[in-house]
Amino acid sequence: MNSGGELPRWLDLVVLPLFNLGLALAVCGGVVLVVGLDPLQVLALLVQGAFGSRIGISYTLYYATTFVFTGLAVAVAFHGGLFNIGGEGQAMLGGIGTALVALALADQWPAWLVLPLMVLAAAVFGMAWAAVPAALQAWRGSHVVITTIMFNFIASALLSWLLINVLKEPGNMTVESRSFGPGAHVPALHEMLAGLGIEWPRSPLNLSVLLAAASAVLVYLLVWRTRPGYMLRAVGFAPEAARYAGIRPHAQIMFSMGLSGALAGLVGINEVAGTHGRLLLDYVVGAGFAGIAVSLIGRNHPVGIVLASLLFGALYQGGAELAFEIAGFSRDMVFTLQGLIVLFSGAMAQVAAPTLARAWFSIERRWRPAHG
Amino acid sequence: MDDVAVGTLLASTLRVSVPLILCALAGCLSERSGVIDLGLEGKMLLTAFGAGAAAAVFGSLPLALAVALIVGVALSMLHGYACVSHRGDQVVMGMAITMTAAGLTVVLGIAWFHQGGQTPGLPDAVRLAPWFAPPAEWIDHAPPLLKALAIGLLGHNVMVYAALALVPLVWWLLARTRFGLRLRAAGENPAMVDAAGVSVQVLRYAALALNGVLCSLAGCYLVLAQNPSFIPHMTAGRGYMALAAMIFGKWQPVGALWACLLFGFLDAAAIRLQGVVLPGIGAVPVQAIQALPYVMTVVLLAGFIGRARAPKALGVPYAKTH
Repeated sequence: MNSGGELPRWLDLVVLPLFNLGLALAVCGGVVLVVGLDPLQVLALLVQGAFGSRIGISYTLYYATTFVFTGLAVAVAFHGGLFNIGGEGQAMLGGIGTALVALALADQWPAWLVLPLMVLAAAVFGMAWAAVPAALQAWRGSHVVITTIMFNFIASALLSWLLINVLKEPGNMTVESRSFGPGAHVPALHEMLAGLGIEWPRSPLNLSVLLAAASAVLVYLLVWRTRPGYMLRAVGFAPEAARYAGIRPHAQIMFSMGLSGALAGLVGINEVAGTHGRLLLDYVVGAGFAGIAVSLIGRNHPVGIVLASLLFGALYQGGAELAFEIAGFSRDMVFTLQGLIVLFSGAMAQVAAPTLARAWFSIERRWRPAHG
Repeated sequence: MDDVAVGTLLASTLRVSVPLILCALAGCLSERSGVIDLGLEGKMLLTAFGAGAAAAVFGSLPLALAVALIVGVALSMLHGYACVSHRGDQVVMGMAITMTAAGLTVVLGIAWFHQGGQTPGLPDAVRLAPWFAPPAEWIDHAPPLLKALAIGLLGHNVMVYAALALVPLVWWLLARTRFGLRLRAAGENPAMVDAAGVSVQVLRYAALALNGVLCSLAGCYLVLAQNPSFIPHMTAGRGYMALAAMIFGKWQPVGALWACLLFGFLDAAAIRLQGVVLPGIGAVPVQAIQALPYVMTVVLLAGFIGRARAPKALGVPYAKTH
């Protein structure tokens, strides 16, 4: 850095990310203007749509659930020094695992037995899909970024083959599996609240939201408070030093990618089992890529990721509402903003740092003599 | 298969390979200079939109080309600003370009043309006309092999021949010119380039500029030749397939060309092979053929069929030490 001094910690951790996020929002506001809409009106309607009603909040949380899974997946791999772009494919495999368990067991077996098995299957399938690129990285030196991209496409071909040739019901025109049996039903929030005597509007928000919260806590504990987590971060932070300290890098690559894939796989629980109750073609729709944005602005920390997921959940829900409210507004505006966030908070995260540093030090210099 | 079928298969292989070839060459240039480009998909999509929008509004082919070129080079310069000047993460930058392009093209398309993100059908004036189209009676009387070749190779639009001509050109640029030598050195050992008094920064920006031009051509091809208008998400993963082809071709223009033609052939053959029972294998699912390029690239990357070696300094931002 040629800024002539280190940034104070709070500036680096709080002001710079907020500044970058603000830039992304400003550029997106510019696009809104170009499209001929009023950015402030859009923002107001967006917040209203996401938080203004009980059903809006439910949808926001439902979207956020998926982003917590994919965001954590990116973050865990990142701490292990790896960039997992394969969240998309791993989430598809997670959905396939969920569906296979549900289709095989949910007709006869009770939910208390099927649900844990579905969660396990989602995690194991996602893990397995991440394990191949991980192993190729560990033992053959194939770059995990490229192989995970390739695995996204292979996963999507696999999903479409499975649906069209194996799982599709004969006579059904849409490409989807049959509906799952009662044992695979993930309790929805409105059903659980109705059990407590509280009336709550219908929404796809389901028990998976608690699974996401638990995952965030567990990832925090595992990565920051345990020995395996320490080793994972050590490899990501200083691979050579970690190796010198006796940590086997091959095993660590498998561990962090496996955990990452398992987290991405859990998307299947929220979307396939929790929302649709059947396997579809497009239940992932960019959630894996959204995870990259979520992890970037959440600074790869579970707390940040939960907050960023709420932000993205609100954007998705608010965007969907806006598409109804304003003619000519497309939900793709939200995808644009997502891309801009990856641009400004990710690729260009340090661009503003020298300017901020100069501004800060000039303020500091002017401020110091006055106060002795 | 008769000669007409062989000819049409050859022709459709060529047609679907063109955007792959152009993007793979674009990838070769930037990656050999040390800059990873995962943004090929996004650059192609946004330039295609630029070309489609300009063609729909102005109805002029030169303007459509110009707008696409401006968009493509501007994106590449942004790429350079983030990753070369400010040493941002190149992988993240590629994702950012692709994600932004996917959203932005639909938003602007809906706002400007009110057709769900499509541009209106483009007038014939901006469409690329076929070249070297042989007269029909000549084809009817040609001997079988010549007939297949004529159907396969003649009568394509200018972009098809341009893409094929660009392969040796890019090869020559990289392998036989001083600029190419320096560009490759910037991707292998930038400190050495720097020590020789040549700017790594300038070389990488130049590589990215050419990369932007080639991506624009790919985008133009999609809207001005292959499809009647711009359609949202029309690149449909071709940028990533081009990336795979570039890796499959071991970061060499000529290798990439063969890989693109192979992937293009699989793409063209996938539809024809649907439901066909191959001896010893059985019916091949079309999805298996679609996934094959990616599987082959992974197998190659794993070092099981030859070794693909990436440029040494690929993905490493160069910081000049004082």
